[in-house]
Amino acid sequence: MESSELKRSKDSVNSCESARRSSFPDEVLERVLSLLKSHRDRSSVSLVCKDWYNAERWSRTHVFIGNCYSVSPEIVARRFPRIRSVTLKGKPRFSDFNLVPENWGADIHAWLVVFAAKYPFLEELRLKRMAISDESLEFLAVSFPNFKALSLLSCDGFSTNGLAAIATHCKNLTELDIQENGIDDIGGSWLSCFPESFTTLEVLNFANLTSDINFDMLEKLVGRCKSMRVLKLNRSVSLEQLQRLLVNAPQLAELGTGLFSQELTIREYEELESALSNCKNMHTLSGLWDATGMYLPALYLACTHLTFLNLSYAALQSVELAKLLAHCPQLKRLWVLDSVEDKGLEAVGLNCPLLEELRVFPADPFDNEIVHGVTEAGFVAVSFGCPRLHYVLYFCRQMTNAAVATIVQNCPDFTHFRLCIMNPGQPDYLTNEPMDEAFGAVVKTCTKLQRLSVSGLLTDLTFEYIGRYAKNLETLSVAFAGRSDWGMQCVLGGCPKLRKLEIRDCPFGNAALLSGLEKYESMRSLWMSACNVTMNGCRLLAREMPRLNVEARGGMPHHLSLLSEMLGTRQTENY
Amino acid sequence: MSTPLEHDYIGLAETSSMERSSEKLSSSSSSSIPSIEDKTSKTANDTCLNLKETELRLGLPGSQSPERKLSLFGQDLETNDKSNGFAGSPLKNLVSGAKRGFSDAIDGSNGKWVFAMNGKSDVELAKGAALASPRVGLDSKTNSQQAKTSVSVMKEVVGVPQSPKPVQDKNNLVPPVNDHAIAPASKAQVVGWPPIRSFRKNSMASNLAKNSDEGAGCLYVKVSMDGAPYLRKVDLKTYNNYMEFSSALEKMFSCFTIGQCNSSGLPARDGLSESRLMDLLHGSEYVLTYEDKDGDWMLVGDVPWEMFTDSCRRLRIMKGSEAIGLAPRAMEKCKNQN
Repeated sequence: MESSELKRSKDSVNSCESARRSSFPDEVLERVLSLLKSHRDRSSVSLVCKDWYNAERWSRTHVFIGNCYSVSPEIVARRFPRIRSVTLKGKPRFSDFNLVPENWGADIHAWLVVFAAKYPFLEELRLKRMAISDESLEFLAVSFPNFKALSLLSCDGFSTNGLAAIATHCKNLTELDIQENGIDDIGGSWLSCFPESFTTLEVLNFANLTSDINFDMLEKLVGRCKSMRVLKLNRSVSLEQLQRLLVNAPQLAELGTGLFSQELTIREYEELESALSNCKNMHTLSGLWDATGMYLPALYLACTHLTFLNLSYAALQSVELAKLLAHCPQLKRLWVLDSVEDKGLEAVGLNCPLLEELRVFPADPFDNEIVHGVTEAGFVAVSFGCPRLHYVLYFCRQMTNAAVATIVQNCPDFTHFRLCIMNPGQPDYLTNEPMDEAFGAVVKTCTKLQRLSVSGLLTDLTFEYIGRYAKNLETLSVAFAGRSDWGMQCVLGGCPKLRKLEIRDCPFGNAALLSGLEKYESMRSLWMSACNVTMNGCRLLAREMPRLNVEARGGMPHHLSLLSEMLGTRQTENY
Repeated sequence: MSTPLEHDYIGLAETSSMERSSEKLSSSSSSSIPSIEDKTSKTANDTCLNLKETELRLGLPGSQSPERKLSLFGQDLETNDKSNGFAGSPLKNLVSGAKRGFSDAIDGSNGKWVFAMNGKSDVELAKGAALASPRVGLDSKTNSQQAKTSVSVMKEVVGVPQSPKPVQDKNNLVPPVNDHAIAPASKAQVVGWPPIRSFRKNSMASNLAKNSDEGAGCLYVKVSMDGAPYLRKVDLKTYNNYMEFSSALEKMFSCFTIGQCNSSGLPARDGLSESRLMDLLHGSEYVLTYEDKDGDWMLVGDVPWEMFTDSCRRLRIMKGSEAIGLAPRAMEKCKNQN
């Protein structure tokens, strides 16, 4: 906190105390503050004075912990006595790509034990990159009688048996959201564990499980849960079964289909089309595994009000996509595979003027012999047609500085710009120059940029640009880039709002690492792997910044992760 | 004053010798740093640096430090204001019982933490130090040399862009000093790159398998050849053995390998063993490899034909020079599977 802020808060403490008798009653203040949802706003509020700090902590019902090692559950429970909903994030993001060893930590169980004691009325738990065992899931299921919502993303350590425990015991469950996780998919019988009397489910997402489920049980479950608004099926559910489900659940707002490929009679096809079009509230559509041109038209009528279309598991061709998009005028978010190629993206530009988010995933990321997928041309085409674009994730095999400059000129409002040129260290393929100017254009033009992922051949110049211009940048991902410590020093010295920095395979060493000492206190985390940092550098860092949690692995630290965010420490058995 | 505790995650004597040597070496270039023996015995050795301060902390949040800035959730809640209700005094013994982190895993291992990912671990470790030494291990002799090199490398070669090292190039770890792009010598997979989540990777992998048209008794797989402008697809089921297969391939790709293959008409002998294929290819510049169900690239001809057709997902005719090291990996894989 800056010194002027500190002064102000001290002053207001005094005036608070003196004005106490004539100030708001606590109940009113709490009531007002309870309307605040943003955790950042709440944090600001808590700094005003002691009364406000207390009012805030008593009125807070949801706590967000971006780094589970930044604080202990006991401290959380002591400060916030009335929590109903917890969001916890654990491992560094690069664990998604197998860069973090197994058994690293981020285990939820200790938290659950504290919550069971302090928050017996806990209703919601949302976990990202945490380790959670079946025993923990069972403990969760039996410890919280009011438990309503469980959401797991990128977690691991559990199996479908854990889900069975949840289904069996959570009588008030409204949400079971199992996203992409390292789950041990033993079988689909967990779904049959929902009791027959159970009717409260509103959100059911098991799209990323592979085992077959008992369709009969599913049909009954969906039939009696009249409030269900989100249903995301897995591949094992066929088109015919989908139709049967939809007939009983036309109120669905978000639908994830199962396998979208089956031999259907004409009548069956028409029934499917009719069932889909009856979902008047549908704004999100996903799944569509193995969808081919043959059955996509069944979706056309259902797409009129669609705002989010996730085709990232359907390898569509450009023509199929174009035809489908002609029916999606309201689309704001689109995820596709690069099988649609540049022509498909041209169709995006032509049909989706309201588009705000585009993600293009590679259908064949490890196949370097075949040149296909999307190029800079597709991205440029989208930028011309979709001026509101502010979030992009783009995997491609070639890019040019000029194209990126054009793109950001057309779409200056980018908040998230994640460009992945899949061949590490690849230059502008036309000029053979580094891609520095591309990212320079991004940071100069997109003043609202919060998140940036860079790729391609990059010198320190890219990082000079980032440090100089990216004043709102919070998250930066760097791989196979840079020339010297100077690059990283520019970023650490220049981006005032930087919270998360993840770096792999770059020639940044101890000088760069140590240049960020002051910075790390205000960041959530720093990750460096396969760089030039040494164990000594880490020791020096730890010495200079005793409040940081510094982890270094390998003789020459192969991994350095600073789980900062103050007071981050890893627990050991010795305690 | 809070003192970070050093916890050597590697934790075992083997590595401390390595650290010892790196410590000594770097002490020549920076202010003197006490050797590790002092650290482990935890006696404050008051040289230029206060020893205890070099130790990484393992304490619980809030303990031992009255003036510690007690803030939660990062910058948002930072405050030094004691009136905020926070105990300025240490919060003692808050055992949250969080599961033991990394050290546990290390104690159970051989003390050296590496990636077991397609044998890349050594390469990755070495890459971090941009070294010429072929092996990053616990061998103290190598390590001292490596550590020495690393210090100078840090100083001198900072400008070298890192390039992904193909597995095959285990013996050649010196990064080429090159101002422009280092297109990897061969496009082997780099760990965790491109950055795609496992679920998606596995979904697509199973799609690839499906797309190789397994239905109706045919088994089409793609065949690529380095340097050829397009690929071919072959139905593995139409061949009965490696001989027929290699002969067909040769015909298909002969236009690209004029003069390379020893294609003076394959003798159509019956009952030739799989090794014949290897013999043929030994005479040529090319090596036939395939990607199996696990995603690993293997040399064609090692396993019986039926096993090959069962597990082959696609083929690549690779330049011989790039296939160095492929065979050892295949051997390793067999070992691991047995």
